[in-house]
Amino acid sequence: MLNFVIRRLAVMVLTALVLTFVVFYLTNLGPNLEKLARSEGSVRMTDDSVAAWIEQNGHGGSVFYRYAEWLGVAPGWVRVDDKGVTRGLCIRQNDDPALAPQFCGILEGNWGFSTVFKNPVLGVVGRAMAATGWLMLAVMVVMVPTALLIGVLAGMREGTRTDRVLSTFSIASSATPEYVSGVLLIALLASPVTGLSPIFASWGWLSGRNLFLGTATSAMDHITFWNFALPVATIALYGVGYIARMTRASMAEVMTQQYIRTARLKGVGFREVVVRHALRNAMIAPFTVVMLQFPYLLNGVVITESIFNYKGFGWTLVKAAGNNDIELLLGCSVIAVIFVLATQLISDIGYVYLNPRIRLG
Amino acid sequence: MTDILSWPMIFALMAKQFWPVWVALVLTFALSIRFKRRLGLYGKLFDSPVGMAGFAIVMFWVFTAVFADVIATMPPLDQIGSVKNPLPGTPVVDLKPGQFPWFLLGGDHLARDIFSRMVVGARQVLIIAPAATTFAFIVGITLGLPAGYLGGKLDTVLSFLANLVLAFPVILLFYLLVTPEIVKTGYVIHLWFLGGHLENGVGVGGFTWIASIPNLMAAVLFVFPIIFFGILLNSRFHTNRPKRNLYVGVTLVIGIWAYSGLAFNADPVGVWGMSPNLLNVFVAVVFVNAPTVFRIVRGIVMDIKSRDYVSAAQTRGERSWYIMLWEILPNARGPLIVDYCLRIGYTTILLGTLGFFGLGVSPESPDWGSTINAGSKLLSMIPHPAVVPALALMSLVLGLNLLADGLREESMKD
Repeated sequence: MLNFVIRRLAVMVLTALVLTFVVFYLTNLGPNLEKLARSEGSVRMTDDSVAAWIEQNGHGGSVFYRYAEWLGVAPGWVRVDDKGVTRGLCIRQNDDPALAPQFCGILEGNWGFSTVFKNPVLGVVGRAMAATGWLMLAVMVVMVPTALLIGVLAGMREGTRTDRVLSTFSIASSATPEYVSGVLLIALLASPVTGLSPIFASWGWLSGRNLFLGTATSAMDHITFWNFALPVATIALYGVGYIARMTRASMAEVMTQQYIRTARLKGVGFREVVVRHALRNAMIAPFTVVMLQFPYLLNGVVITESIFNYKGFGWTLVKAAGNNDIELLLGCSVIAVIFVLATQLISDIGYVYLNPRIRLG
Repeated sequence: MTDILSWPMIFALMAKQFWPVWVALVLTFALSIRFKRRLGLYGKLFDSPVGMAGFAIVMFWVFTAVFADVIATMPPLDQIGSVKNPLPGTPVVDLKPGQFPWFLLGGDHLARDIFSRMVVGARQVLIIAPAATTFAFIVGITLGLPAGYLGGKLDTVLSFLANLVLAFPVILLFYLLVTPEIVKTGYVIHLWFLGGHLENGVGVGGFTWIASIPNLMAAVLFVFPIIFFGILLNSRFHTNRPKRNLYVGVTLVIGIWAYSGLAFNADPVGVWGMSPNLLNVFVAVVFVNAPTVFRIVRGIVMDIKSRDYVSAAQTRGERSWYIMLWEILPNARGPLIVDYCLRIGYTTILLGTLGFFGLGVSPESPDWGSTINAGSKLLSMIPHPAVVPALALMSLVLGLNLLADGLREESMKD
């Protein structure tokens, strides 16, 4: 087991390095740096001064070396500019260059400075992660129990009408991506002109104009059912279908096993068989699926936060990518990559624990 | 003619506009049900109500794409009148002769007809999504077969690469790969002697190709169909030289002709070609999908390769590629067909995501993702410009999922 975890971790670190290098390379392409120079320097710079700015701010030279600098395994750049001031990656303004540390990459905790938010990247990403954490937590709390319930109910009696209805629902839900369900939910529940809100308002059931709020910006300070229900429902709806279908398949397979028949023939009641005998074995496959669902959840978070204007991780990523904020985008990518890899690792380890038939040397 | 149409009238008029689709659907279903016993897996689809429903929805959109020019009431890119966001059923002000008199499903913020944009958008979606999925399948199969069958170092390397792509959050990948900057970055290869001329020792005109990342990826990914069909035919007919030479020769000629046009935009005849933006989107979608197909194919091959008929072929002394392509692949077709249907749906969703983030083919393109994006700005006050394409996209993906479900059920029966 320990061997397996170590080997997995080694592959994970390698993957993380390759992926962050790819992101670093793609965000530091020539035109991106020129755009950065013009936005940070001045718009009317000549091509020569753009090249000089890029060189002067440590963006010149080999991409591999710059990646190592950014990572914090190579000494950061130091330049003396035309006014005789020594500046460098590790030298903060008004600090003595001689006292500055030699290495300062993300490994040393220096994630750079966001040009859009005018703040250190680590702080921006941290705040965004906290906001997204609440969203993800709410989604998980809604999505996983709903999906498992639907899957178990559909799978325990395969082919019945309950099964058909629930299966069709799960298929429909997995055909509704976030940008579709978000649009439909807002039109149906959060619009003062269409959907249910004007009807309810005309009946006098509604004090405000909308059933729900179409933006979740206010949920940043204060989460309420009114402002948080729609974003959570939007993300959960797309995920429910997939997990429910996996659970149904797994449950249906378990219900055909010999030991279930034996239990039934012993005279154990159906409810007892499902709860005591089938459920645990039927949960092995969905566990993996739920863990592997996290990367897709990240996708959904980006879309949903953009629709509902919820200033979390996804919203920050979109802002960073749209405004050529290189260091913030890199920071977001590191978080995203680590997040995906960690869920994959947990899913593998959990699978081994849940399923004693698998032994890894 | 000045009143806003009621919803029943709108639906009646839309149903009338769709008449070629209804005719085509009725013909397809009548013929398929009549001959369903002779049509193999496709015929069996008509035994499953779920599969039939899915097939009907999918074919509805396919025929809509085919007959889009007849169905659309107005040109999809033209501004009709000057009223912004007209509601569904609004009559067109100062009607020109021969013009359709209503905005059936309303208009968008540039007063373009939403119904027509949805119909023409179906054509865009239904060309790009299946084509990208097919490419992803060819790449995934060509790499997944040897990885699963031969194993060893090849498998380790390919699996690592596939996992690498899969560990990338899709949206991040799109934001990095589908940008205007990336199209312009790379070594410029300029061959003036191909169609250009020399002026004072400097080449002018002729063939230019930028070795940008999307172009390089296209150059790599688009070789796979040629490799796949070349090996497929070669391994089958290598004992019959004249036949082999003919088939492989034809594949190579057509393949390289299409390849020069699609990957290098250098088709001398001008039949094959893609705009740089479309190429960028296309390559990104293929790149995201191929590793998943690779993993599925690899898994199926590892399961099938211990079967008796594979051992029989090995004992006969057949070559590896023959066994992979003509013994294993046909027997893996069931799950692959099902996944193909699901994956077209997923690709549609991905394309919509790209359009939703404004990374689509072009900002004014009528494809559904871009229109949802454009409509979502004023969503809570004027929902109809976003809701119409959203429902269209949802119904197409739902149809594909139901179709896949029906196929899975029917293919498991035997």
